[in-house]
Amino acid sequence: MELYTPILALMVLALGFAVFSVVVSSLTGPARYNRAKLDSYECGIEPTPQAHGGGRIPVKYYTVAMTFIIFDVEIMFLVPWAIYFDELALFGFLAMLLFLVNITIAYVYEFKRGGLDWD
Amino acid sequence: MGPTLESFGQDPVWVVILKAVLVFVVLVLLTLFNIWWERRVVARMQHRIGPNRNGPFGLLQSLADGVKLALKEDIIPKAADKVVFVLAPVIVVVPAFVTFSVIPFGPEVRIPFTDVVTPLQLTDMPVAVIFVMAIASIGIYGIVLGGWSSGSTYSLLGGLRSSAQMISYEVAMGLALITVFLQAGTMSTSEIVNAQAGLWYFVPLLPSFIIYVISMVGEVNRAPFDLPEAEGELVGGFHTEYSSLKFALFFLAEYINMATVSAIATTLFLGGWRAPFGIAQVWEGANEGYWPVLWFFGKMLAFIFFFIWLRGSLPRLRYDQFMDFGWKVLIPISLVWIVGVAGMRIVRNEYAGQLDQTWLFVAAGVFAAVLVVLLLLPERRQPEPEPERAEFDAFAGGYPVPPMPGQELPARVPTGATTHDGGND
Repeated sequence: MELYTPILALMVLALGFAVFSVVVSSLTGPARYNRAKLDSYECGIEPTPQAHGGGRIPVKYYTVAMTFIIFDVEIMFLVPWAIYFDELALFGFLAMLLFLVNITIAYVYEFKRGGLDWD
Repeated sequence: MGPTLESFGQDPVWVVILKAVLVFVVLVLLTLFNIWWERRVVARMQHRIGPNRNGPFGLLQSLADGVKLALKEDIIPKAADKVVFVLAPVIVVVPAFVTFSVIPFGPEVRIPFTDVVTPLQLTDMPVAVIFVMAIASIGIYGIVLGGWSSGSTYSLLGGLRSSAQMISYEVAMGLALITVFLQAGTMSTSEIVNAQAGLWYFVPLLPSFIIYVISMVGEVNRAPFDLPEAEGELVGGFHTEYSSLKFALFFLAEYINMATVSAIATTLFLGGWRAPFGIAQVWEGANEGYWPVLWFFGKMLAFIFFFIWLRGSLPRLRYDQFMDFGWKVLIPISLVWIVGVAGMRIVRNEYAGQLDQTWLFVAAGVFAAVLVVLLLLPERRQPEPEPERAEFDAFAGGYPVPPMPGQELPARVPTGATTHDGGND
């Protein structure tokens, strides 16, 4: 646990700095009300009314996030294997190779079906 | 020989606080320096001088900008979600600082005026590099929340695009780091620096180094991967609606992220705080005391210069182009290279003495050559479009149009008018 307390110190420092900045920015600086300032910026024209939260978003962002989760989990499996590679010797290598072949099959399938295309 | 993992966790409280404050101050000063330096270098690359008014050589320009931003009006748009809008910059900035806690600046030194010997690194843990990746992912939360909470579609789309790009290149980054773990056998940054005492890792793991450098540029949203920040595309992206110091916090976080990925690159591939080859052979004290701080910052600033150089020279990639690159090119190459390095290691462990590490170099060289050739292969030329075969209609659409390629002007019809005097004879 002692290894992690310095991180807490730095985090407290960074948090203090960030909160201080946000508070200072609302204190210093003028507050001249102008109705146009409160609208969303749309290059100078009147903004078109949007649903709350910006409206609907294209689903491709969601699918990119899902694909990222899958490959991130794969990386998480690769990491401890890489650390203890020498102890695991040939058997570990072949076992992980089997896992990677499975992931590669899934990856090639997704590639060919267009899951990795950005619209 | 530098500090090992056991040297950490034993500092008294005042040393911890001193090191935390030092890391914080170094980061803020480094950011101010980077902003000034980037403006100067990009200006020089564009045949103009950068800022040179505020202070000697314009060094106080970033400070002046910060003070200016602090004195600007703090606007919260009407459609914004107020709580999240104020929290998002904080969520972006805090992880950016915290990632620097495991970066090794130097070996063990004696704090002047005291008797305490401590490594020049805030802390280290057996999972240090994964810690950095995890905390950097928390920063992505802040970007998405900032974009969503601004209440305008452009900010939302900008935030989503930024974060989609960052997570795509994080996969490639993680895969490039796996080979470093294979070579070093540990994830702790100080141990990885110690393991590079003989040879820096960018030589045997050159493809990983290249992949890591490309994905670090994509991770930080810098040119040429900075479409979410392009003015013409999405105005300011996720920070369109932010003003004053909240905007400054986003900027600060971006530059600190740049510094963090540069620091990870130097630690993992360039030998961290170790002196470059030749200096350590000749000068015995190059890896002792406070000198390694110089080598570390030199290498980190070299990477940051590389970032600035890329920004000054390359055009922007289109969004689908670099998403395709990140998913379809970098990941397969990384996976193949991981299997290659693991195979080489198996061969070396099991059949030691028959094949040695030179084969790894050869393989890396062949790999890099194949990569370069594939990247430089020209695209298959598209056939020229067929010229139009329709009849030329001079007044198509209601206004006169010129002939398209393949069409011909009609033959000149004689109108019957001949040149003769009208009547003035």
